[in-house]
Amino acid sequence: MLDKADGQIFTGSVRLVHAVGMHARPAVKLTKLAKKFQAQISVRVAGAPEWINAKSVAKIMAMRAAHGSTIEIKASGSDAEAAIAALVDLVASDFPDGAG
Amino acid sequence: MQGSAAGLAYRGRTASIGFAHGPLVRVDAGAGGERVAGTLVEEALALRKAIDLASGQIADLAASAGGEAAQILEFQVALLEDEDLIEAIFASIGEGRPADVAWRATLDEQIAAYNSAEDEYLQARSSDLADLRDRVVHILRGDAGEPLKIPSGGVVCADDLPPSRFLEIDWSGGGGLALLHGSPTSHVAMLARARGIPMVVQLGAIPDAGATALLDGEGATLELDPSAEQVRIFEKRRESHRKSRASARAILRRPTASWRGEHIKLLINIQRVDDLDHADAQYADGIGLMRTEFLLSRRSELPDEETQFQAYDSVLRWAGQRPVTIRTFDAGGDKPVPGFTFDGEANPFLGVRGLRLCLARPEIFTVQLRALARAAVRGNLKVMFPMVTSADELEAGRKLFADIVQRLQADGIAAKLPELGIMVEVPAAALAIASFKASFFSIGSNDLAQYVLACDRSNGALAPLMDPLHPAVLELIARTAEHGRRAGISVSLCGDMAGDPRCLPALLNCGLRELSVNASALAQIKQTIDRLSSGGSVG
Repeated sequence: MLDKADGQIFTGSVRLVHAVGMHARPAVKLTKLAKKFQAQISVRVAGAPEWINAKSVAKIMAMRAAHGSTIEIKASGSDAEAAIAALVDLVASDFPDGAG
Repeated sequence: MQGSAAGLAYRGRTASIGFAHGPLVRVDAGAGGERVAGTLVEEALALRKAIDLASGQIADLAASAGGEAAQILEFQVALLEDEDLIEAIFASIGEGRPADVAWRATLDEQIAAYNSAEDEYLQARSSDLADLRDRVVHILRGDAGEPLKIPSGGVVCADDLPPSRFLEIDWSGGGGLALLHGSPTSHVAMLARARGIPMVVQLGAIPDAGATALLDGEGATLELDPSAEQVRIFEKRRESHRKSRASARAILRRPTASWRGEHIKLLINIQRVDDLDHADAQYADGIGLMRTEFLLSRRSELPDEETQFQAYDSVLRWAGQRPVTIRTFDAGGDKPVPGFTFDGEANPFLGVRGLRLCLARPEIFTVQLRALARAAVRGNLKVMFPMVTSADELEAGRKLFADIVQRLQADGIAAKLPELGIMVEVPAAALAIASFKASFFSIGSNDLAQYVLACDRSNGALAPLMDPLHPAVLELIARTAEHGRRAGISVSLCGDMAGDPRCLPALLNCGLRELSVNASALAQIKQTIDRLSSGGSVG
């Protein structure tokens, strides 16, 4: 577990442009990419009460983010800043094949 | 009644077209035997081993199947690697539950959540989870690894069939899939379509008997122990399907349809962006009608400019140089939208709907026009207004649109006014067609027929009167086409008539040279035009 004392929390937000929303394929790509980072990463649909572990595909699917919704991402840990940048890029570029 | 099913026919829903005639093979989920649970540590180890084994099996299946199937299976692998999900199951084992019970309970919870989703896509994902659940349970019970033995050409009958089981079956000898439940949007249905395996879903209950089956994926029927006569008729249908499909697909690849030496433009209607995934969509000459109401149904709030722009832009990118005609919101009538349409109208079909509604709700219409103005610089965009009665309405819409373009440009945002046209669906518009300064006309034959014939198209009791080939309807279509021809304005037709082969001779004789149909009808319509052109009948 990462202690908040050892690092800053980085945040980002990005619009989900994928035509059918956060369905199986985008969710798999997002969690795969998140797992490449040490940082603890959470996501939520903008304004949702709960933050969700970005490394859990079951929870990402359960989030049911629709096309056009805004995804907020926060991360803490040594590579948190890079994680935010990579995840924002993945969503913004519509989950290209080969990514994640 | 000793379980005889001879000659009986059952009807379901089409998931994949095609025909199969072969032995009926029942596949049960397999209740299996009970297993004897060990100590907490043994149970945790058993589950860990089962998960690893399942993961390996799925990875092997994905590697041999490749393509779309591999992507579908990747979701299952990701679930097995989901620590949040798996840890909860180990915690439950730690509380004393046997491995299979703990695993099943957690997966069942997930499945129930997917089943309760409103989105049909998410509902269909529940069969992926059931697939994974059963695979691990089978391994835990020690009855793993026995692949389904399906005789070549067999008709597989199951309650539902998970994608991995589908992939384990050797389909090289043909065969078909008959599901008592299931869904046409499931992963297994996508796989069946990709492989050309006929598949019928939602057959309901069928008797627990039958040795031979005829499966007709087109008519969505399953016939058990057929008589010689049933087989003869079935084989005839299969043969004519094979011939027409082969020639229709060959015709589809030809550049343009033509009739008596004139090019007939064939475009497609789409309801949402995903409709472009249809395999035949690529052969269209463009998009004749993109409906935008799907944007209104997704959420409780109305879609913002960016969401709309992204949707329009993705369609324009798909189309490249080809024209894309987007229809502004056609809400009202039988399509009420909370927060947009007016409640309590006594007769909504004759009420504030289509362009009338948009002009009455400029705050909503403006957002759509801004998104369209920005999209117009990205491709060959045309915009049309629905439910237009008088030329003043078109001009009011145009003025609003032009002001928006000007404001965007003043702010340094790339935008332009696209070509503007109208739907011809109000009889008054068809009769006074020359009064509209439109760049194009698109005849909405469904509403036009409803208004001309004074028949509510949702009222089944009026079906015999609701004839789109009524001379009055054809007269209005012919007048509109004739005006277009003289004034050099393109006229297309995008209603159900365009996709109905029986209506084609009349439409061509009315002077129409542009038709817009659903992608699934494209091959048949192109083929029908070809037949008519060479002097044949509708077929």
